[in-house]
Amino acid sequence: MRRTMLFLPGNSPKMITNGGVLGADSIIFDLEDAVAPSEKDAARVLVREALKNIDFNGCEIIVRINSLDTPFWKEDLEEIIPLKPDVIMPTKVNDATYICELDKEISRIEENKYMHRGSTKLIPLIETAKGIENSYKIALASKRIEALYLGAEDLTADFGCSRTKEGKEIDYARGRLLCAARAAGIDAYDTPFTDIEDLKGLEKDSYYAKGMGYTGKAVIHPSHVEIVNKIFSPTEKEILYAQEILKAIEDGKKAGKGAVSLHGKMIDAPIVERAKRTLSVAEKIRGGV
Amino acid sequence: MQKLVTDIKEAIIRCGLKDGMCIGFHHHLRGGDYVLNMVMDEIAKLGIKDITINASSIHDGHLPLIEHMKKGVVTGLVTAYIGPAVGKAISEGILKRPVVFQTHGYRPCGMEKGEYVPDIAFIAAPTSDPMGNCTGKTGKSACGSLGYAFTDARYAKKTVIITDNLVEYPLAEYSISEVDIDYVVCVDEIGNPEGIVSGTTKLPRNPVSLKIARYAAKAIEASGLLKDGFSFQTGAGGASLAAAGYLKEIMLNKGIKGSYALGGITGYLVDMLNTGCFKALQDVQCFDLKAVESIRENPNHMEISASHYANPMAKSSAASSLDVVVLGATEIDINFNVNVHTDSNGYIIGGSGGHSDVAQCAKMTVIVAPLLRTRHAVIKNKVKCISTPGNTVDILVTEYGISVNPVRKEWEALFKKKGVPIVDIYDLQKKAEKLTGIPEEVNRKNNKVVAEVVYRDGTILDKIYQV
Repeated sequence: MRRTMLFLPGNSPKMITNGGVLGADSIIFDLEDAVAPSEKDAARVLVREALKNIDFNGCEIIVRINSLDTPFWKEDLEEIIPLKPDVIMPTKVNDATYICELDKEISRIEENKYMHRGSTKLIPLIETAKGIENSYKIALASKRIEALYLGAEDLTADFGCSRTKEGKEIDYARGRLLCAARAAGIDAYDTPFTDIEDLKGLEKDSYYAKGMGYTGKAVIHPSHVEIVNKIFSPTEKEILYAQEILKAIEDGKKAGKGAVSLHGKMIDAPIVERAKRTLSVAEKIRGGV
Repeated sequence: MQKLVTDIKEAIIRCGLKDGMCIGFHHHLRGGDYVLNMVMDEIAKLGIKDITINASSIHDGHLPLIEHMKKGVVTGLVTAYIGPAVGKAISEGILKRPVVFQTHGYRPCGMEKGEYVPDIAFIAAPTSDPMGNCTGKTGKSACGSLGYAFTDARYAKKTVIITDNLVEYPLAEYSISEVDIDYVVCVDEIGNPEGIVSGTTKLPRNPVSLKIARYAAKAIEASGLLKDGFSFQTGAGGASLAAAGYLKEIMLNKGIKGSYALGGITGYLVDMLNTGCFKALQDVQCFDLKAVESIRENPNHMEISASHYANPMAKSSAASSLDVVVLGATEIDINFNVNVHTDSNGYIIGGSGGHSDVAQCAKMTVIVAPLLRTRHAVIKNKVKCISTPGNTVDILVTEYGISVNPVRKEWEALFKKKGVPIVDIYDLQKKAEKLTGIPEEVNRKNNKVVAEVVYRDGTILDKIYQV
């Protein structure tokens, strides 16, 4: 369950320490844009020690590393992979070869550290025009890839346009990335809403992304977590519908029916899968603090 | 009859102040107060020594007091709160006799019993007439309620009003009546408006405070106390104020009509009054401009005295009808004793105010605190100073969950039923110490007592030693 992925700067001990209590399903320790070049080594060590020593209350841990065109990414991996974060988030991913090179390096470290090869998962950050166009190939480039994540700030800079709250300028990218992820059978995560004060705008933007089919959304401030969690949680109506579907399938099986319908609509495998996913998320939310 | 005198010096002389006497002040002008410093300067110039000050609170605007303490002008202090700057000097041993820390509720009670009754009380009044009918609701230095000063006016042997807004007799909308006033002095300024009240009190945005506040509101809702007729007090600090914010949401959503909110009043509680969450505010002190405006304009925003607030000897007080109070802590120990007097090195940085008064009175006392304060775990084996006894505390709310005091087991079953996250206080302590390590004990420099903490029943609860 990743309704929210909360960015925390990798060089802020206070924010890192509190990471597990801010309500986000996943926390992203950022070694990239939030950290000045002169601070990269300090942030890397701080995040490494945090992963070693702090209990993050069951939050999924993602580490955003520096992109492959910088001198930092290999050291990022070298320090972080042995601490077994749940996910590594590579940045400015343009094509499948990028993922292949990264995969190779991660595999090398996993082997050196006697880790299970392939245990480190990836959520590539797609934030360039080239990356958007290549997103399906990227999604299929490694078995490590769990989802694609859209980054609209760098993307609009690459487009040469302004980033707006309405987000019309990223409509195509949102659609393209979502389609690529779903076609590859993985999840898609939406870009953060960057106006910290505008909670109404955040709500609107989140509903829009959910409506398109996104699984969750990244957030850059803890005050956004509650709203995004709420919007990406299944509604009571969705939960009831999912329960009805599973019951109809079960009843159909008992009656020996091949095809099952509910409210006059055929229930096929993807609908059953979605219903199971809805109930699994609902269960996790109910069980959480 | 002529009560108006030329200046503070004349008032002091006419009142007959002598070595060894006790004088009273209130703290409604908070960090902006000029009156205590002005009066003490005149007393020092007159060569009077060995004075005991009985002030409802001492703030960091009162730094000149340190010199008066060093020179023996002031040798005793009775108060409910001391700000960190003056607190540091006292902790280092500059005051001849130990500070007597009372609570806001015990101060009037003590005076009724004859303890530390001021020979002369100096009351800063934002508006007064020449006979001493005065109020804090109007004037350029308006501070709202004069709640703590009622006690001084009533019990001091002589009372002097010091104002910077002298109006014609009679002041119709007075708070303190002329019947208790001996002299009136008009000065240019009684305080700095910026230090008296802040513009507006905003809800905090600190995510940890918000998380704590959300848990606190959840616990209060689960307690079953949040229903029509609900009464409530909260502090003006981060998580306490945010807890009020979440309660407001719940009350509005469920249409709950509370009875009253009590204590130091912020604009946020004024909003709750105006939106129908409460029928009245019982205000012993205003914290911001919105509260000052409200107490001036809204008859349901009541000005109450310290005695009415929490006097343990009163036949009843507003505190004695409280359902829930949300309070802070600098430290709390595994027996739920709370310290709000000192930091972890033992330096005085505050005081009870009304903390232990309302903790004892309320049906549920909620302590809100982050698990870590800078490099320290907030939960200790033993607090440096007991300000509020653990047996009057019901729950501790941190960002990692809620600990229920074993002596209040009844809440635990209710909370579990409502999905409130409960954590054993020992587990919370372990979690914190895993992050911070266990700090070395701060050893006492010597056995000199610099302050005694007097509980609301008049007994000595704890002692604070020289650092």
